Amino acid sequence: MLVNTVRPCIAFDVAPFSLSGMVYGTLLNHRSALAALGESVNQPPYKGAPKAPVLYIKPRNTLASTGDTVFIPVNTPELEVGACLGLVIGRVACRVSEIQALDYVAGFLIMNDISVPHSSFHRPSIKFKARDGFCPVGPRVTPRSASTNLKTINPNMLTVRTYIDGVLVQTASTAELVRPVGQLLRDVTEFMTLQPGDVLGVGVAAAAPRVRGGQRVDIDIDELGRLSNHFVNDLS
Amino acid sequence: MMRARVAYAGAIHEAYPLISGDAHSPGDGVRAVSIQLADGRVVAEDEVVWLPPFEVGTIMALGLNYAEHAKELSLKTQDEPLVFLKGPGTLLGHRGQTRRPTDVNFMHYECELAVIIGQPAHRVPRALAMQHVAGYCVANDYAIRDYLENWYRPNLRVKNRDGCTVLGPWFVDAADIPDPGNLELRAFVNGKCTQHGNTRDLVFDIAYLIEYLSSFMTLSTGDVILTGTPEGVVNVMPGDEIVCEIDGLGRLVNTISADNLYGR
Repeated sequence: MLVNTVRPCIAFDVAPFSLSGMVYGTLLNHRSALAALGESVNQPPYKGAPKAPVLYIKPRNTLASTGDTVFIPVNTPELEVGACLGLVIGRVACRVSEIQALDYVAGFLIMNDISVPHSSFHRPSIKFKARDGFCPVGPRVTPRSASTNLKTINPNMLTVRTYIDGVLVQTASTAELVRPVGQLLRDVTEFMTLQPGDVLGVGVAAAAPRVRGGQRVDIDIDELGRLSNHFVNDLS
Repeated sequence: MMRARVAYAGAIHEAYPLISGDAHSPGDGVRAVSIQLADGRVVAEDEVVWLPPFEVGTIMALGLNYAEHAKELSLKTQDEPLVFLKGPGTLLGHRGQTRRPTDVNFMHYECELAVIIGQPAHRVPRALAMQHVAGYCVANDYAIRDYLENWYRPNLRVKNRDGCTVLGPWFVDAADIPDPGNLELRAFVNGKCTQHGNTRDLVFDIAYLIEYLSSFMTLSTGDVILTGTPEGVVNVMPGDEIVCEIDGLGRLVNTISADNLYGR
C-alpha cells in the first residue's frame, strides 16, 4: 500500500488539534469582488452571477506557513495576494443550518490565496492557483472562543489588512461578504461534507494587491495575528 | 499485483483476488466472487465493505480529454489540458451508493482510467514521467449537469459532491499494465453497454499529463490523475447499477440511490 507522507504543519489547542490539509476557497464572495466585474457578470461566458457558492481547491502542495518563502514563477512579473479569512472546521459538517453553522467552526486563521494574475474566471488553468507554496496559512489557529479573553470572535466583523514591505495596501472587511459565514457554510455543506481540520476561505476582496520578487507581504486580521511571507523570483 | 482495501469483521484489510478455488460458491448455481484477506481469510466480495484501494492524496481530473466526448458536449478541445481538482469527500469504494438529488434532470457517470502517483514528481520530463506511476485503477466520476455554472468550470457543486468519485475495486501495480495507452474502457447501465472507448484516444496521454502537472505543482505519493472520459454518457436514475470496467483493472460497480435514504 502507498503511504501518504504530506501532512499539514499547524497544530492548535482545541479539537481537532491539527489541520486536515484540505483548503477550499470561495470565489466572488466579497461584494467588492463581484461588483468589480460590473456588467460582464451577465455576459458570456458567465451569463449571470454565481447562484450557489463557487469553490476551488488549494491542494496540499500549495500549503505553506508564516515565514516561508514564496517563489514567483519565471516569466511572471507579479503575483496576486488574496488576503482572506479561513474557517477551520471543528466537526463533521454536513447540511448544517445557518444558525448552527458556527458550532461547526473550531477557529480561524489567515489565508493568503496566491494567484498568478488571470482575467477569466470561466475555466482558468489550475496552474494559476495550485502552484507549490501558493497558500500560506497561519500564523496559528485562533479558537473561536479564545479562552484567554473570554471573547468570542465574530467572523463577520473582521478587518483584513494587507501590507507590502510594511506599507498598508488594502483594507477589507468580512462584514461585506455576499454570503456571510453562516450562510456560506449552510450552502456549501448542502452538497459537500466538510471534515474536521478542513479550511474554508470565505472570499477575497476586489483589487488584490500585486507583489514582486524581493518584497514581503504581511496580512493581519483582528485577533488572528499576522501572516508574513517573502516573495522571491524563481530562477531555477 | 491487484490489491484492495476492504473493511471486514471490525478491521480494514488489504485483500487480493482469489485465484484458485472458490470457497463461497453457493449451491444454487449463482457464483459469488471471493477475495482473500492478507491474514488468509477467504470471504465473498459482498461480505466486505470496499474502500478506495489506496490512501488518496490530491485528486486531479481531466475535462474533455477524449476528442469525441468533447464533441458530444459541444466543446472545442484545448491547447492545454483542462484540469480540475477534487476533494476527499467525493471518494467512494466499489459496490457503494451514490446519491441522485430528486430535482435534477441530468446526472451521468464517467468511466476513467485513474493513474496513481508513487515516487513524488517535481518538474519531470516526459521521458521519465512513467517512472512516477505506482499503479492504476478504474474510476467512475459522476457529474450533475443541472448544477453547472460558468464560473471555475466545472464548479464543485457539479463535480465534487459527496460520494460521486468511485475508485476501485483494485489498485493494480504499474508493472502489470505494460501499455496503459491501449486499454479498453466500457460502462454499463443495468447491463447495457453505454460507453466504450480506448485510452489510445486520450488527447493528452499519461506521460504528458505528469510532465505538465509536475511543471508547476509537486505530485506526491497517493496523488491521482483521473484521465478523462470518452463519449457515451447518459442519465442515470435511482436503482440503476453502473459498472465501469477497464482491461486488466477490473469492474467497478456502483448503484444510484435516492434522496429518501439520506433523510432528504
